[in-house]
Amino acid sequence: MIEEKFDAIVVGAGPSGNAAAYTMAKEGLNVLQIERGEYSGSKNVQGAILYADALEKIIPNFREEAPLERHVIEQRMWSMDDKSHTGMHYRSDDFNEEKPNRYTILRAQFDKWFSSKVREAGAVLLCETTVTELVKDTQGNVIGVRTDRGNEPILANVVILAEGVNGLVGQRSGLRSEIKPDTVALAVKEMHFLPRETVEARFNLKGNEGVVIEAMGTITKGMTGTGFLYTNEESISVGIGCIVSDMSESGVTPYDLLEAFKEHPSIKPLLEGSECKEYAAHLIPEGGYKAIPQLVGDGWIVVGDAGQFVNAVHREGSNLAMTTGRIAADTVVWLTRRKEEMSKANFLEYEKRLEQTFVMKDLKKYKGIPALLHSNKQNFFGLYPKLISGALQTWFRVDGVDKVSKEKEIFQSFRRSRTLLGMMGDAFKLVRAWR
Amino acid sequence: MTLVAKAAAPGVKVEEKLFQNRYLVDAGRPHIRIRTEGKPSQELISMIYMCPAGCYSLSDTGKVELSADGCMECGTCRIVTAQTGEIEWNYPRGGFGVLYKFG
Repeated sequence: MIEEKFDAIVVGAGPSGNAAAYTMAKEGLNVLQIERGEYSGSKNVQGAILYADALEKIIPNFREEAPLERHVIEQRMWSMDDKSHTGMHYRSDDFNEEKPNRYTILRAQFDKWFSSKVREAGAVLLCETTVTELVKDTQGNVIGVRTDRGNEPILANVVILAEGVNGLVGQRSGLRSEIKPDTVALAVKEMHFLPRETVEARFNLKGNEGVVIEAMGTITKGMTGTGFLYTNEESISVGIGCIVSDMSESGVTPYDLLEAFKEHPSIKPLLEGSECKEYAAHLIPEGGYKAIPQLVGDGWIVVGDAGQFVNAVHREGSNLAMTTGRIAADTVVWLTRRKEEMSKANFLEYEKRLEQTFVMKDLKKYKGIPALLHSNKQNFFGLYPKLISGALQTWFRVDGVDKVSKEKEIFQSFRRSRTLLGMMGDAFKLVRAWR
Repeated sequence: MTLVAKAAAPGVKVEEKLFQNRYLVDAGRPHIRIRTEGKPSQELISMIYMCPAGCYSLSDTGKVELSADGCMECGTCRIVTAQTGEIEWNYPRGGFGVLYKFG
């Protein structure tokens, strides 16, 4: 068994764990990282968009070697009803820059690469090993972990829990409570392969340019959720996710929801002739600021999805994961150099540093949004997309009806389905939650 | 029970989707077990349609049965039944379970 005592143990090799392990190892700390999968990435699922800024702060020249698919030059936001979509598209040649801002990636491949950098930096990676529990001393300080490979504890000054959304180790050690079904989404996704020329022709792209589509509306059948479609080099990631408690009440299967999304007349032609090579499912913590658990204690720190660090409104997660991982690691390095204890009191520095970043600022800004959307889901994910679509169809269809009558018809369609006060109330609440 | 009937209607074969995936099954050591012998709760019954891998099914005798071989380890059943305690959920042993090529 491993007899030495490590400066730090990192549980998990996703974006937050890799960011933490890399940062500490690069600063000369003796780091052990433990991953339950065969390799880093083998258990990980994401859309996936990589936000360059968060990774650049860790590995500045990542573009030279990381497996990247396409850089995003166009964002499409769709409000969908059963046969239509209303789109807001933003495309800019400015995104064809020397150091692009966002990339599509395939997580299993990207994580494998990130993990190779972690090992190059000097961390020890133990794969195919599941951490079963935290080891505490008589005072209750966390001093290490036990794994499913032998009973002997592995000791360290600090354990960084980068264990992902399910976070069994932290929960079972009583560090945080179970996630609630109304603060987590279940997303399913498929990988559809097409020749790269077909992807480029279909989405009006050249070279490594890419498009992402984020969609909401009747595709989630009245549940709080979104669909997505991302272009990769020679494949398309397509998926849909909804809040677990909504799905529980709905009686719809996740795969039927995905099939219906793929069959939508606005999506189907984009996938035409493709070959599906993988089907994946994963949970996404979407409770936002209010769902963040206790993040630090004596001998432990939580980073990434385990800490609910996801900005559901902007579909950001991996960048929050990498940033929390990096800052937790910076804090540990700082305390190690000062020969300070890895105590809860000293780890408040991690929280203090996080407060200064976009992570906490954004999560705080949107703290009211998850509950608002969830409590008004029939309106935001069903009624309004239908009304918008109906209004635009009335407006664009030229059929001998005069424009004043059309305006009246549109106005009445809104009034029939929702009172003026109700609509104003929704708008007011949305604006207030957004600010 | 109406929920179950509704779920069965559209008829997408989840088995065909799972067939794309790679797994290393830990034979004889399922990482999820149903604990209770009694009448299943509505939460447990909901897993018959909610599980993205279709691991749960209803037996002729009205019991919920589980075959975890196609499990993608998402944890939905764990969270949905957390209050009822009907499911014992662990990660597969290190190295076993689903193996994503693309993720």
